[in-house]
Amino acid sequence: MKYSQKVEDINKNPKNVGSFQDSNDIGTGLVGAPACGDVMKLQIKVEKGVIVDACFKTFGCKAAIASSSLATEMLKGKSLDEALAVKNNDIAADLALPPIKKHCSTLAEEAIQAAVENLKEKQ
Amino acid sequence: MKKENRFYMDHMSTTPCDQRVIDTMMPFLVDHFGNPHSKNHEWGWDASTAVEKARKGIASIINASPKEIIFTSGATEATNLAIKGLALFHPDKKHIVTTQIEHKCVLDSCTFLESQGFSITYVPVQKSGIVQAHDIENAIQDDTLLVSVMAANNEIGTIQPIREIGHICKKRGVFFHTDAAQAFAKMPIDVEDMCIDLLSISGHKIYGPKGIGALFLRKRGRRVRITPLMTGGNQEQGLRSGTLAPFLCVGLGEAARITWEESSKENVRLLNLKRTLWKKIQALPEILLNGDFDNALPHVLNVSFADVEGEGLMGHISEIAVSSGSACTSDSLEPSYVLRAIGVDESMAHTSLRISFGRFTTEEDILHTANRIVHAVNHLRNMSPLWEMRQNGVDISTIEWKH
Repeated sequence: MKYSQKVEDINKNPKNVGSFQDSNDIGTGLVGAPACGDVMKLQIKVEKGVIVDACFKTFGCKAAIASSSLATEMLKGKSLDEALAVKNNDIAADLALPPIKKHCSTLAEEAIQAAVENLKEKQ
Repeated sequence: MKKENRFYMDHMSTTPCDQRVIDTMMPFLVDHFGNPHSKNHEWGWDASTAVEKARKGIASIINASPKEIIFTSGATEATNLAIKGLALFHPDKKHIVTTQIEHKCVLDSCTFLESQGFSITYVPVQKSGIVQAHDIENAIQDDTLLVSVMAANNEIGTIQPIREIGHICKKRGVFFHTDAAQAFAKMPIDVEDMCIDLLSISGHKIYGPKGIGALFLRKRGRRVRITPLMTGGNQEQGLRSGTLAPFLCVGLGEAARITWEESSKENVRLLNLKRTLWKKIQALPEILLNGDFDNALPHVLNVSFADVEGEGLMGHISEIAVSSGSACTSDSLEPSYVLRAIGVDESMAHTSLRISFGRFTTEEDILHTANRIVHAVNHLRNMSPLWEMRQNGVDISTIEWKH
């Protein structure tokens, strides 16, 4: 599949790949399924209600990797409510995803929501 | 084939046209441009002589008679003509036996006939990707018209027991079609010895041009009669109307001749390349060979790399052209039905690569490909949440996935 230059660039040099050690200030979202061909793990580190760091690991195509990398970048500095306002269309538009790959940005949105939810459960 | 540091490893999809083939084709686009069906002048005779020479060469490779070869636009058309044409001619018999791993041109022809009142049995194959002949025999009913089983599979390369199946079909009085798009001229096929009634041939899988193929249709012994799908000027014995393209027919003939003449030597060379590739890739843990290493074509390797999605992997070796059974590489978002049929679970089907090389691939190309794949898989596993879980001893199958 042909992707935008931005998707290609992110895949060459994805940002924030990694994992945080679990603790009370870490929210983890794990979404997708191996049988569907994409799984995203997105983590946020929160201090005083603000996301100070974020990281991801993704099993998936280039669109999924780019969507999760972009999501982690968008999250830094945001409050939890601002994080929940990040929508799949923002990600899809920024990456110019082909229509058939829209679900990758949806997955990133779900990963953000799951991470925030996980953090709220801990606090 | 290498060009500007690009590596073409997708020969099951198509092959480049051999320069020797192109050289035989060119005169029929320029000097000998005649219509082979023009019976009254030299232009027509030149073209028709060349077409008949090609037909004779193609026939001889499968031990057929030239009049049993019908030129078509490719193996897809040949298969459509074989299956639908046979069904139209024999409206009294309404059952067809085939396998779950046939090419889409067979499966979709069968689906069409299902909509016309036929019933189809899709026989499962073993984990190795090989169908058992007795499973085919058990599927044959009183009203079975045709058995269609491919000679070699296009995704995993496994070779089917077509001789055994052919003899069963002959014994049971059922027609036998084989889609030989991937096998023709690369491995010995004898329509007499193997009791094959119909056989599909493709030009562009054997270093010939695209847009040409052929159907073998038995005339000697048990004659096979079909209804044409294309009508008009009654070319090709009335079975496939339309002016032949002599340059394509000549190209198919020459491609078949070269491939067949070189096959025994070339197959040894290709098998050595496959061994090298597999040995190098096996440096990686948690990988799975899809199909059967030995009972398969020597120029294809289909491998799943656990926890690394196929399209993402292809993206990291972008100077190398390969294919994947991952849903992301298809329009349907479904993973390969062939891999599913051989029992590869969905998550592993998403991680497969089909690496297929050919006539112009060198050992250097294979080593480069292997190194790049090993490097990319390691890199992507480092960013795979599934790989991380596996390393931490998590059993992924016990997780309830939200999707």
